[in-house]
Amino acid sequence: MSFELFLQYLTNGISLGSLYALIAIGYTMVYGILKLINFAHGEIFMMSLYFGFYGVSVFSMPWYISFIVAIGMTALLGMMVERAAYKPLRESPRITIMVSAIGVSFFLQNLAIVLFGGRPKAFPNVRLLTEVMQIGSVSFQRLTMIIPIVTVVLLFALLYLVNNTKTGMAMRAVSKDHETARLMGVDVNRTITITFGIGSILAAIGGIMWGAKFPQIAPFMGVMPGLKCFIAAVVGGIGNITGAIIGGFILGIGEIMLIAFLPNLTGYRDAFAFILLIAILLFRPTGIMGEKISEKV
Amino acid sequence: MKKYLSIFMVMLLVLSIGLVGCSSQAPADTPAEENGEEATEPSADDDVIRIGVFQPITGANAAGGELEVEGVRLANELYPEVLGKKVELVIVDNRSDVQEAASAANRLIERDKVSAIIGSWGSGFSMAAGDAVRDNQIPAVAASATNPLVTQGNDYYFRVCFIDPFQGVVMANYAYNNLGARKAAIVREISNDYAVGLARFFEDAFIELTGDPDSVVAIADYQTGDQDFTSQLLNVNAQNPDVIFAPGNFTESALVIRQAKEQGIDIPFIGGDTWETPEFIEIGQEHVEGIVFSTFFTSETPITSESETFLAEYRKRYNREPAAVTALGYDAYILILDAIERAGVVDSVKIRDEIAKTQGFEGAAGIISLDENGDAVKSAVIKTVTDGKFIYMDTIEPF
Repeated sequence: MSFELFLQYLTNGISLGSLYALIAIGYTMVYGILKLINFAHGEIFMMSLYFGFYGVSVFSMPWYISFIVAIGMTALLGMMVERAAYKPLRESPRITIMVSAIGVSFFLQNLAIVLFGGRPKAFPNVRLLTEVMQIGSVSFQRLTMIIPIVTVVLLFALLYLVNNTKTGMAMRAVSKDHETARLMGVDVNRTITITFGIGSILAAIGGIMWGAKFPQIAPFMGVMPGLKCFIAAVVGGIGNITGAIIGGFILGIGEIMLIAFLPNLTGYRDAFAFILLIAILLFRPTGIMGEKISEKV
Repeated sequence: MKKYLSIFMVMLLVLSIGLVGCSSQAPADTPAEENGEEATEPSADDDVIRIGVFQPITGANAAGGELEVEGVRLANELYPEVLGKKVELVIVDNRSDVQEAASAANRLIERDKVSAIIGSWGSGFSMAAGDAVRDNQIPAVAASATNPLVTQGNDYYFRVCFIDPFQGVVMANYAYNNLGARKAAIVREISNDYAVGLARFFEDAFIELTGDPDSVVAIADYQTGDQDFTSQLLNVNAQNPDVIFAPGNFTESALVIRQAKEQGIDIPFIGGDTWETPEFIEIGQEHVEGIVFSTFFTSETPITSESETFLAEYRKRYNREPAAVTALGYDAYILILDAIERAGVVDSVKIRDEIAKTQGFEGAAGIISLDENGDAVKSAVIKTVTDGKFIYMDTIEPF
């Protein structure tokens, strides 16, 4: 394999990995605060794409306004889901909430079929994002450069929010102990709602980037990215934001390189993610950025 | 107060799940009397003949299924009666899923007691229904399923379209003669029976044309629902093929071609009949300009008087040009109706015998004559994409 070709593979891997990373942050953040694996994250991601689609195609808004509206609506949806499905169960065993999360996931999938129809739709094409650029012999969409930047910016914004603001302090307090946090005057409900709002905003930003790169939306499209980003979060050490990003990149670049070097294993591409998950759980259950090394969110 | 609110929210959630559970089987635009969920007692009602339509109405292939259902419905509106009885369509969704296709066919036969079945878009789904159709002796007519295995060894399955061995040869000829290709690569949807079959027939035909057993230089696979194909495409491109044959579902295919162009891979793409859906162009945008594929029918050269009727009525209702599979869905319906008329009774075995005898039947998408396997022998049409539209190029007669 020539060096140029390898660079092209690597570019594709980074582009896919940063998308995984972006969605994995939302997963890991909600887990960090609530110890809840929000299985509906993939579906919230899917809904954000539909919001973006309808903004542009039905209400004919310019794409940037439509995307901002979509992000807002997705945040609202995330908070509503939290109110309806998780809050009443806050004192229940964790497994109950997890089952509820799976329920929400199915609910949203089927709701999308009823509301938007089962026929796949084409996500609006934003020239600014999808234009093809070329450096040397490596060509890629402009998006490929934008996504990692967005991911890193969001990473630092989140770290700042969690470590340096009052809301962040409340989040950290809630993640340690609900009761004590409440006794210290932290509004636990509000903090959790904000957490879900931010988690959903991250899902929406990831969703819009995903839609620009893979412009096809369908009610069940959230399942695979949801699972893969969950794996990315676990690989990086669930609950750890930096870990989620590392996990996302490992998964994305790993998938691309697997096919690049072993073309016969094309059909096992999804299996790669799951084998990685099993291996991590067996040999390093706390993930790469294990809990003890770095601070949880 | 807050507690009641949360209880209310949970109730709402549960209730809506219940609602969705019922209606996910039937898409919102299916009138109640047609979707079988409402028709609780498929009584021995003698004034009604039920024809089952099983199609992917949700899921990855939904656009294809919907186009075919459009044709069946139009035919039903134009010809609502046979033998003095009303014909009722029972439409079920196979959710673009092979397992679901088998049970959807069983549901049509056992619960809805249909006399004949139309469908499905997608050879894999039709093959999955094969056993149910044969064991229960209910004739089925596929509109656009092109894999030869759909009808092979099954006396109860028929089709109104050509089969993939023909389509594969047509595209191999096109690649060899019109594009001057001597090296071809194949990118196929490995989890799709249709794509795998068509890819094999293309490969055989291309190797025969070039006389070089190594003329297919690369075969790359992907799974239904995959979204990133960049690695496969780079692998294929490294072998420097003159043409890439990429049979598969329209959404994935459009993404494949789009990503190829974005990677700077400038090799012509050719494909099969599944590409002719509006979504293919919407997703592929300017990247699918100039691709070439074979299909069944073009509205630009109507073949029979039935074509004229079909085209006029379709344009009146939908205000656009029909896709080939829509015409085939229409044909499947009128073919079954004609067989019922000839049989004179509503008896599924007799209907089957009449369908098998079909010769020189005038359908919207051409003259249908079924061979001993139950396959129609018809010409293929070659189309391309220019300025965001499907454009007719050529007609290839059966060999």
